[in-house]
Amino acid sequence: MSYRRRSTPLHAARAGVGAAWCVVLGLVALSLEHPLVLAVLLGCVLAAAAAAQVARQVARTLAWGVPFALVIALVNALVTREGLTILVRGFNVPVLGQLDVTLEALAYGGVLGLRALIVIGCAALLAAAVDPDELLRAVRRVSVRSGVTAAVATRLMPVLARDARRLADAQRARGAGDPGPAGRVAVLHAVTAGALDRATDVAATLEVRGFATGLRPARRRRPLSRHDLGFAASAAALALLGVLAAVEGWAPFAAYPRIELSLGASALLPAAALALCALVPFADRRGVER
Amino acid sequence: MLELSGVGYAYPDAGDAALQDLTLAVEAGEFVVVAGGSGSGKSTLLRAAAGLVPHFHGGTFSGRLRCGGLDTREHGPGELAAVAGTLLQDPETQVLMGTVRAELAFPLENRGFGGAAVARGVEEAALALGIAGLLDRSTHELSGGELQRVALGAALAGRPRIVLLDEPTSQLDPVAGDELLGVLRRVNEEWGTAVLLAEHRLERCLPAADRVLALESGRLAFDGSPEAFLERRPETPIARLFALAGRPERPVTVKAARAALGGVRSCDPAPDPPAGRPRLRRVRRPTAALALERVWFERDAAVLRGVDLRVEPGETVALMGRNGAGKSTLLRLAAGLERPSRGKLSTAGRVALLLQHPGDYFLHDRVDAELPHARLEAAGLGHLAARHPRDLSGGERQRLALEIVLGEGEPAVACLDEPTRGMDRGHKDALARRLLALASGGTAVIVATHDAEFAAAFAARTVLLGDGRPVADAPTAEVLGGGWYFATQVARVLGTRALTPEEGAAHVAAPAPREEIAVPEVAR
Repeated sequence: MSYRRRSTPLHAARAGVGAAWCVVLGLVALSLEHPLVLAVLLGCVLAAAAAAQVARQVARTLAWGVPFALVIALVNALVTREGLTILVRGFNVPVLGQLDVTLEALAYGGVLGLRALIVIGCAALLAAAVDPDELLRAVRRVSVRSGVTAAVATRLMPVLARDARRLADAQRARGAGDPGPAGRVAVLHAVTAGALDRATDVAATLEVRGFATGLRPARRRRPLSRHDLGFAASAAALALLGVLAAVEGWAPFAAYPRIELSLGASALLPAAALALCALVPFADRRGVER
Repeated sequence: MLELSGVGYAYPDAGDAALQDLTLAVEAGEFVVVAGGSGSGKSTLLRAAAGLVPHFHGGTFSGRLRCGGLDTREHGPGELAAVAGTLLQDPETQVLMGTVRAELAFPLENRGFGGAAVARGVEEAALALGIAGLLDRSTHELSGGELQRVALGAALAGRPRIVLLDEPTSQLDPVAGDELLGVLRRVNEEWGTAVLLAEHRLERCLPAADRVLALESGRLAFDGSPEAFLERRPETPIARLFALAGRPERPVTVKAARAALGGVRSCDPAPDPPAGRPRLRRVRRPTAALALERVWFERDAAVLRGVDLRVEPGETVALMGRNGAGKSTLLRLAAGLERPSRGKLSTAGRVALLLQHPGDYFLHDRVDAELPHARLEAAGLGHLAARHPRDLSGGERQRLALEIVLGEGEPAVACLDEPTRGMDRGHKDALARRLLALASGGTAVIVATHDAEFAAAFAARTVLLGDGRPVADAPTAEVLGGGWYFATQVARVLGTRALTPEEGAAHVAAPAPREEIAVPEVAR
């Protein structure tokens, strides 16, 4: 996935504000548990990706994240001993003892998986719609060391992706057929070794471009745009709603010992408020660079 | 500008010193080419001048090196970046930022320049390098040539007093390479920036050079003018042509060579190929090694358009054409890495394909884990058995990768994609010999290459691709003789179908008395 400038409100906002908005959306998901609210937040991520014209990239990343979310749900169901509705009774595991799979543990695993998907979606949205150069510049102003790490990582990812494609082609051209587990480990080893070489090359380039001098880039002063203000206000409102929902107990959900789920106004109102706060800035297309 | 006094250096854990007692000076505004075989110390010299040696690589450093007045023992690469721009080999790891504008601004911001100075520096670098049109492009979308030019822009932004270049054209096709060298020449002439350039393809860069430094085993073996260098070592095709013909001159450029030859230049038909090169075999046999019938390949657009091609067993074929003409795709189709969108493709047996990066074939930590001992010995690589494949030189990697893809038994077809990039002449000659030996065993050999000299050295037949279909398919002497871009240097000098220095020498008589040379005459 790579950033490309597009004519959308999120792209028009400065990188720091756009990144903060994505991060806050992910944090709100981590602070809430109600499945309906989480589903709405996931919908917000997809709608935001569509409004930012990066829906395909974000959806592709989410598709990669689905197995990860399922694993989280299953692991939670297997290792949690809480819940009263037993779906599968008892198989003995050394050290852990008897394990029962309960509906509640499975449901809470689903909540955790959903949260993970939202966080992955927010990260994908950030990568696809926030200018990494501007963000890196901002990070360097705060911390040069973090900037070096971020610079190597951001440049290394596309380079390694291309390397991996080439390596796979070379192994196919080698005509060895299915390499088996040992062969796959060898391929992984080669990719890792190559990654270290590549990282060294990128680090050498950073050195000769003077990155290590420790000088911070000069501040670029530019007035806040309507999109900066819009996304900053949206992020602040989302953060406030998230905190209030957690503190005041809005959208109540309890998985253990039995699932208690409200689908009334106490869940619907916070969900609607979050969706509104998240998506309103995308409605303002004035001043979007074409 | 650059001053070395008794410089010696050994990489960490390396037995031999990479640089030994090196003493030299490069003056302001000089264009200096650093010559030498693989492992001679060219890259290390440049990395030492940039401060990467020893600050980045570690190791043992002795002597004194001053670059732009800064002693590299006291100043690291970051500080030296203010006086020396550096460009390394691989374009992909030379570009760090997401857009071209950000890339050019990056070194200026690192030096603490204000917004206006950064903006001006970016504009100036972009204009000087002819990349103003790319400023707002994403670096992910750029070709290798464009990436390297942008990286050069980043190295030159802020107008360093010297620019250090480590084989910057080795990963580029000849067009992009020539463009990059043209830019360097302009920067040297117009800005007065000193240039220290390490290169294998001397015929490409010597015409721009004021001076040549040759390294051997980390020591300075030669320091003088390009003409004097060619007199001692006729390493360009033109110099070899003159040396083989027994002529005393060692011209550096095609123009000077033509002037020196005067009336010898002719427009003769192709001479018979020498005995060493297999004759073109066009006799149709029942089974072709590779046959394509009206093959199309489409991705976002048509890459190959109805290609008809038949290659017989034992044939040696050079596949040439500009970037994007479909050369690599044709080889990938032949090896089964891609399937034709339409048309029919058949092979007489196994197809071995060597892609552009030989390092991609290595999975293990030792050479003998990649290939059995017996095959290593047979390929003359037995002495490398205990080495790590990534520690081999470019030429050695290429040979090992070739033996890996050739596998057990001779394949019906061997395809190689740009195998000579970054190779010195010795390794190229060795590769040509290996391919000819393979062909003599009945394997059809197809090489996609931009290197006309290499094509002339091994291929009996050349197929020129244009816009996804063959636009010329004839004996190599016919395609590469008398051309302008798709031609060897010898062919450009002589205007004949003699392609190699050996063939050209047969056309060029020993120097006649001066008054006779002055009479224009077309040799027949």
